[in-house]
Amino acid sequence: MSFISPTLDYTLLSPILILLGGALIGVLVEAFVSKALRSSTQLTLTIGTLVLSLAQLWKIRNEQSMGAAMGSVVIDGPAILLQASILIIAILSILVIADTDHFTALAAALPGSEQERHSIQTGNQVTEVYPLTLFAISGMMVFPVATDLITLFVALEMLSLPLYLMAGLSRRRRLASQEAALKYFLLGSFSSAFFLFGMAYLYGYSASVSLAGIRESVVGGSGNDVLLLLGMAFISIGLLFKVGAVPFHAWSPDVYQGAPTPITGFMAAATKVAAFGAMLRIYYTVFANAEWSWSPVISMIAIITMLFGSFVALAQRDVKRMLAYSSIAHAGFLLSGVIALNKSGLDASIFYLFAYGVATVGAFAIVTLVRDSSGEVTDLNRWRGLGKRSPWVASAFAGFLLAFAGIPLTSGFIGKFSIFSAAYESGAKGVVFAGVLSSAVAAFFYIRVIVLMFFTDPMQDGTSVEIPSALTRSSIIFSILVTIALGVFPAPLLSFITTLATFIR
Amino acid sequence: MWLTLLMALPIIGTGVIAILPKKNEQAIKQIALTTTLIVLAVSLAMATRFQPDNVELQFTEKYSWIPSFGINYALGIDGLSLVLILMSTILLPVVVLAGWNEPQGGRWSVKNYYVLILVLETMMIGVFAATDLFLFYVIFEAMLIPVYFLIGGYGSGERSAAAIKFLIYSLFGGLLMLAAIIALYVISSSQGGATFDLAVLSGLQMSSTTHNLLFLGFFIAFAIKAPLWPLHTWLPDAADSATPATSVLLLGVLDKVGTFGMIRYCLTLFPEASKTFTPLILVLAVISIVYGAILAIGQRDLKRLIAFTSISHFGFITMGIFAMTSQGHSGATLYMFNHGFSTAALFLIGGWMISRRGSSTIADFGGLQRITPVMAWMFFLAGMSSLALPGLSSFVSEFLVLVGTFTRYPVHAVIATFGIVLAALYILIPVQKALHGPITPGNENLKDLNLREKIAIAPIMAIILVLGFYPSPLLNVINPAASHVITQLGFSDPAPSNGGK
Repeated sequence: MSFISPTLDYTLLSPILILLGGALIGVLVEAFVSKALRSSTQLTLTIGTLVLSLAQLWKIRNEQSMGAAMGSVVIDGPAILLQASILIIAILSILVIADTDHFTALAAALPGSEQERHSIQTGNQVTEVYPLTLFAISGMMVFPVATDLITLFVALEMLSLPLYLMAGLSRRRRLASQEAALKYFLLGSFSSAFFLFGMAYLYGYSASVSLAGIRESVVGGSGNDVLLLLGMAFISIGLLFKVGAVPFHAWSPDVYQGAPTPITGFMAAATKVAAFGAMLRIYYTVFANAEWSWSPVISMIAIITMLFGSFVALAQRDVKRMLAYSSIAHAGFLLSGVIALNKSGLDASIFYLFAYGVATVGAFAIVTLVRDSSGEVTDLNRWRGLGKRSPWVASAFAGFLLAFAGIPLTSGFIGKFSIFSAAYESGAKGVVFAGVLSSAVAAFFYIRVIVLMFFTDPMQDGTSVEIPSALTRSSIIFSILVTIALGVFPAPLLSFITTLATFIR
Repeated sequence: MWLTLLMALPIIGTGVIAILPKKNEQAIKQIALTTTLIVLAVSLAMATRFQPDNVELQFTEKYSWIPSFGINYALGIDGLSLVLILMSTILLPVVVLAGWNEPQGGRWSVKNYYVLILVLETMMIGVFAATDLFLFYVIFEAMLIPVYFLIGGYGSGERSAAAIKFLIYSLFGGLLMLAAIIALYVISSSQGGATFDLAVLSGLQMSSTTHNLLFLGFFIAFAIKAPLWPLHTWLPDAADSATPATSVLLLGVLDKVGTFGMIRYCLTLFPEASKTFTPLILVLAVISIVYGAILAIGQRDLKRLIAFTSISHFGFITMGIFAMTSQGHSGATLYMFNHGFSTAALFLIGGWMISRRGSSTIADFGGLQRITPVMAWMFFLAGMSSLALPGLSSFVSEFLVLVGTFTRYPVHAVIATFGIVLAALYILIPVQKALHGPITPGNENLKDLNLREKIAIAPIMAIILVLGFYPSPLLNVINPAASHVITQLGFSDPAPSNGGK
């Protein structure tokens, strides 16, 4: 057996490779750079890496290739757009993550132990967060471009494992944070197992691990349909878990609540882009010809997810949990883009993912600012009167909420409009109707928060709004500007997406 | 560029206010007033250039906005929109001047109040001038936000609850309309290119079920706005809690978007479905007329009373629209204009009475005629305008609506006429309680209208009186547009018409 040396197109892979390189250097920095300099070095390195990767991505934006890495990675328009969204969201998140006050001083120390107190006193910081984030981002970058099941699975694990870890790093309420991490890890492992199981079935069905090979079998219709159906079902479970669709959503409220808030924002935004990116690719290119078999199921899941997320969010009293359920509802809206299975559905989904991701990072960044002496205040009742104390912060948060609610002149409205019209175009009228109905329900709880912030008097309990650091502030300002700009002048981005977004097979 | 100029001016005013320091309240108010006066002047100048006999849209502008969806920034007006734009631009300086000291009682600064008011003015002009369905929808929904903050931030009593009730009702209707818009958009893209151009959308082919459902999507949204029974329940609360100036804008202008939308969108886009649902809608309109009037009679609170009278009035407008006669249409359009002013007069004078007395209960007033004669006379006149006394402007419109309805639906018209009788009751009872009779203790030292208030109310009173005797300038603008709509729907007036004059 002769060994064929792999041919790799380094230019096309460079955005991913840069990230991996940056992450590895980050690990070295942990080992060799003195404690005092570590945090600033890591921050500079991480942002530099992300910006460099984004610049590289811009250079190759018009490239199309199936053969970047021996057919296991594809570079095409949607790939570039999704990767760029992930990178922009990542940069915005890093600016918030950089505020190290959110992370435990020493992750290995038992909560409440002498060791923990000591490490807090000595000013220890978990700067590992930076390389971990970079690893997660590189996994996310590969996930939507992978074209064989093995790469897909590796990417899935690569993006998940750092996230499991980071979810447990909260500085305050550490037990809740660790519980969240464990929960996320266990349930995530289950879903990975399902995913792997599905891969096996698909391999059994088509005798191929490459998406192109599976697609050929689906188009040819020659294989055993039972294997295909089982394979699709299990792969879908893995993906639906990652996007937090009902009934695979159970982890998300707890994890959103327990994880350090900057990580929650990053996770909520970037993971969604990566997972929906992969989902779009798989459904649009591989399963498209078997639409009869999955479309009704995914439609049902979409409808249930929207309604469930919106209705349960009504009952939430904690801002992070409310945003978690809202993100479940948004997963439902995004699923209608998958169901649409047409060009406008793809364009709309990419636009929606980007717009939602940016607004999510901004919203969670604001949650990090509302604090009392013992840390962040996420109880909504204690957000009363925020508009009086810090009108700018409250207004920005209101802006993000209005975008989530899909009020015109925000990015959320354009996203909702485009994704629903794509779904309607494909004939999924029930999904559109459920979407509109749950939007009305959802508007209620977003607006209730606005009422709390602006129309009720502040409570005398020392809740205050931290003056944001320059980095967090720039992240919030950028997010709100993008959210409004995409609502008022979405045309340039939309046409950019429309020209680029075509899957190559 | 007239319309864009009109929309841009308040935004420029907002910009100027935004850079002023919060404490400089006088300057902020003066700039707000100046801005609204400039807008008024420009809109009047535009009106003089309007050609009433041309039924095509005028002052049209069109720029590509979101080409991927075929969305344009397209503006244009006909007689109907011109009248409503004029009504808005006249009412704005009035409410700014009349409510000079209102924003002080709010949660937030005076500065924010005027920013919200001016932003709202831009949207009011835009919502009547938009000729692209998407643009209309965007403004239709976006204008809820400033109103929401105006009620919740500067109102009184249960203001947050009222604001949220208003918003949720409107959003719900808006989302139903969004679903219908999406459907229209998708249908249009399968029939020769996706567009939001009204002219194209009105010619789409679709099954009658779809047609009816889409009509309902639009109509429910507008019926919530206009408030038509049984979708009216948000209105009394909102009017009760809002400041008088906000109430004037809300009932006088924003609710007209509902009736305007019925004509511009429901009738034009869905002529067949409009005919199908006409019997039902007419019944609802008649119920609104009678129900609003009966509940108005029972109110003890002055603001709620005015709110319920409006429900009755909106019943008349809706009836006039769906009677499908040119008199009915002209009457409904004129009614929208007149109702804006008579409601404004009631709310503003009522607001002054309430702020002087510190109570909004009608029984607390008494003998105002002797203590504050000018205010009492003004309130009396406003009330007479609301009950459509011959010689006042609202009489002409109510008469036209009834005549227009009677020619095709005599029974409805007869029942609606009872609304007029009831109107006499709901106006005369408070007039008698508040203006005449013995002076209620606590009222002895109330002050009469000051110069600012007199200047503010004067133009409204002038319009009410002058248009009562001489409505033809306005009817000349309205009639061609109204008959155009009726002709397009394929109706001809059943009885010989004298042109509605």
